[in-house]
Amino acid sequence: MEKFNTHTGLVVPLDIANVDTDQIIPKQFLQKTERVGFGVHLFHDSRYLDHDGTQENPDFVINKPEYKGASILLAGENFGCGSSREHAPWALQEYGFKVILASSFADIFYGNCINVGLLPIQLSETEIEQLFKLAPNAQLTLTVDLPNNTVTCGELSFTFSLNEFQQYSLENGVDSVGWTLDKLDTIKAFEAKMPAWQ
Amino acid sequence: MTISTPQTMYEKLWQTHLVEAAKGETPLLYVDRHLIHEVTSPQAFANLRFHNRPVRHPERTIATMDHNISTRSIKIDAAGEGAANQLRALGINCKDFGIELFDMGHKNQGIAHVIGPELGLTLPGTIIVCGDSHTATHGAFGALAFGIGTSEVEHVFATQTLRQNKAKTMKIEVKGHVGAGISAKDIILAIIGKTGSAGATGHVVEYCGEAIEALSMEERMTVCNMSIEFGAKAGLIAPDQTTFDYVEGKEYAPKGDVFEQAVADWKKLKSDTDATFDAVLTLDAKDIKAQVTWGTNPGQVISVDGIVPSPEDFSDPVEKESCVNALKYMNLTAGTKMTDIHVNKVFIGSCTNSRIEDLRAAAGVVQKYEGQQVVETIDAIIVPGSYRVKEQAESEGLDKIFTDAGFEWRLPGCSMCLGMNDDVLEEGDRCASTSNRNFEGRQGRGSRTHLVSPEMAAAAAITGHFVDLNA
Repeated sequence: MEKFNTHTGLVVPLDIANVDTDQIIPKQFLQKTERVGFGVHLFHDSRYLDHDGTQENPDFVINKPEYKGASILLAGENFGCGSSREHAPWALQEYGFKVILASSFADIFYGNCINVGLLPIQLSETEIEQLFKLAPNAQLTLTVDLPNNTVTCGELSFTFSLNEFQQYSLENGVDSVGWTLDKLDTIKAFEAKMPAWQ
Repeated sequence: MTISTPQTMYEKLWQTHLVEAAKGETPLLYVDRHLIHEVTSPQAFANLRFHNRPVRHPERTIATMDHNISTRSIKIDAAGEGAANQLRALGINCKDFGIELFDMGHKNQGIAHVIGPELGLTLPGTIIVCGDSHTATHGAFGALAFGIGTSEVEHVFATQTLRQNKAKTMKIEVKGHVGAGISAKDIILAIIGKTGSAGATGHVVEYCGEAIEALSMEERMTVCNMSIEFGAKAGLIAPDQTTFDYVEGKEYAPKGDVFEQAVADWKKLKSDTDATFDAVLTLDAKDIKAQVTWGTNPGQVISVDGIVPSPEDFSDPVEKESCVNALKYMNLTAGTKMTDIHVNKVFIGSCTNSRIEDLRAAAGVVQKYEGQQVVETIDAIIVPGSYRVKEQAESEGLDKIFTDAGFEWRLPGCSMCLGMNDDVLEEGDRCASTSNRNFEGRQGRGSRTHLVSPEMAAAAAITGHFVDLNA
């Protein structure tokens, strides 16, 4: 996993609540055995006018010229609800997103983002509202500083928190499987004490 | 003498599976059972190969083909080349890593969350994971069961553990008894209607109360299955004699003395009397009526004797806007009686409602209409959850009841719940579906889903619209 330190990028506002993983990446694009090739299908049903994805929907916020190249997604509450498909963060990441800001995330999606190195930042509802008010009127650029847990935008500055180990893993690009495999003796000792039925 | 703090069932499951809680690290939990399928596993296997790592406990891992298989043919390429490619990859991966696979046409094949319980792979007091959000189903046994992403699938493959933050706890008590004709699906939809679609985010929910205790194991699975639909990490029901009787004798379940010891341990799992929960919700079972969703998330649900709500009915601005968007997508007008909504597709199946009791309930409704046929303009399909369910249903003649009435009797699989195979709705189709998600585009781009019980779906197929069967 790539290390995450600081990131400055353009914000695209997607002011819709309960955006589920079926909307982020519809099921017909899950039939791959590789981790690549999902970005082009991100938000397919909203982003394209046709089934084949050849005609962009000009009204969908991500397609607007002023938001091209955005790398920070400002999202509505309960973002990423629904299925456990990690294809959703893969698609967001491949499109170019590094950070997602929302007032709340669905649990599985949040964990999946951390595991692939896409930074989900939870801010308060008031803070998210402030950003939604700013975003449509200006090309809003934010700086996310992970080591200091801050999001800054001009004079505005917000703080966020992550679980200690998740923060460490993102900052250091930890191979989580390798990290746990180093504790194999502890796992084996646990197994030795398990009841027969288990 | 030490006085121990009263614990919830979740806390007991957590404690008995805690491998390590090292300073500065997310706690490490042991995983007893890992269910896998073709869609969320291939990239995890690829990473194992890349790092030259084995699957640590192939015997704790079970694979099935369910998500994108055809329900018309057992041929591996019957649902298209993309699906076939994933299915073949699962076959190769299971062979290379020594994992038991129930592949096309195998007698144990079926939806992961249907076969786990019916084979005795699902046991109380265990942690069960699967790369699928409806893994919460297994919580019906008092197992801590939850969906995981592909990176976590890889972590479980390599280590048989997972790192998990401790969730908050929520108790949902359903007091008293439900009225005649009210199903487990109605109970869980009514709960989600109360909490909203994100009401339990960050929580593990424990369902309890007389109405829950009175449920059969299959009904409990329906309730726990939809825990994710209001954001819960997992859903739990305390194991009791109903649970032990169900598990005993199942193919993969412990036998003899080991089973007796297991039951003794499982009896200790229920939450202590004085245990405290972070949140509590109480419902009166007698107030629960048959439910139908009207919107585009499972929280947008109402009793079948109700009307389609108006944005004005919601004070929360987010809910108000969600209502506006949902009515537009669903092409519904506020004030319309739910029983006046007509459908052109009916789907009875999915890990929520495809077990033998579901099929019996649907067949029972069909029989009540005494010889009446599925409305000519409606396509109605019945997709059993597994080959065992299919075989049982056929031995009881249920398939005949369905096909005589004009339903299609299909082969097991996830099918139209998510439409990864060719069971997809067309744009503008309106479906009475016994599945778990009514998201925009879930069953096909531009299609409209109403979540209902098997009884309601069967009645909609015969009458063309939703029906208050208890009126």
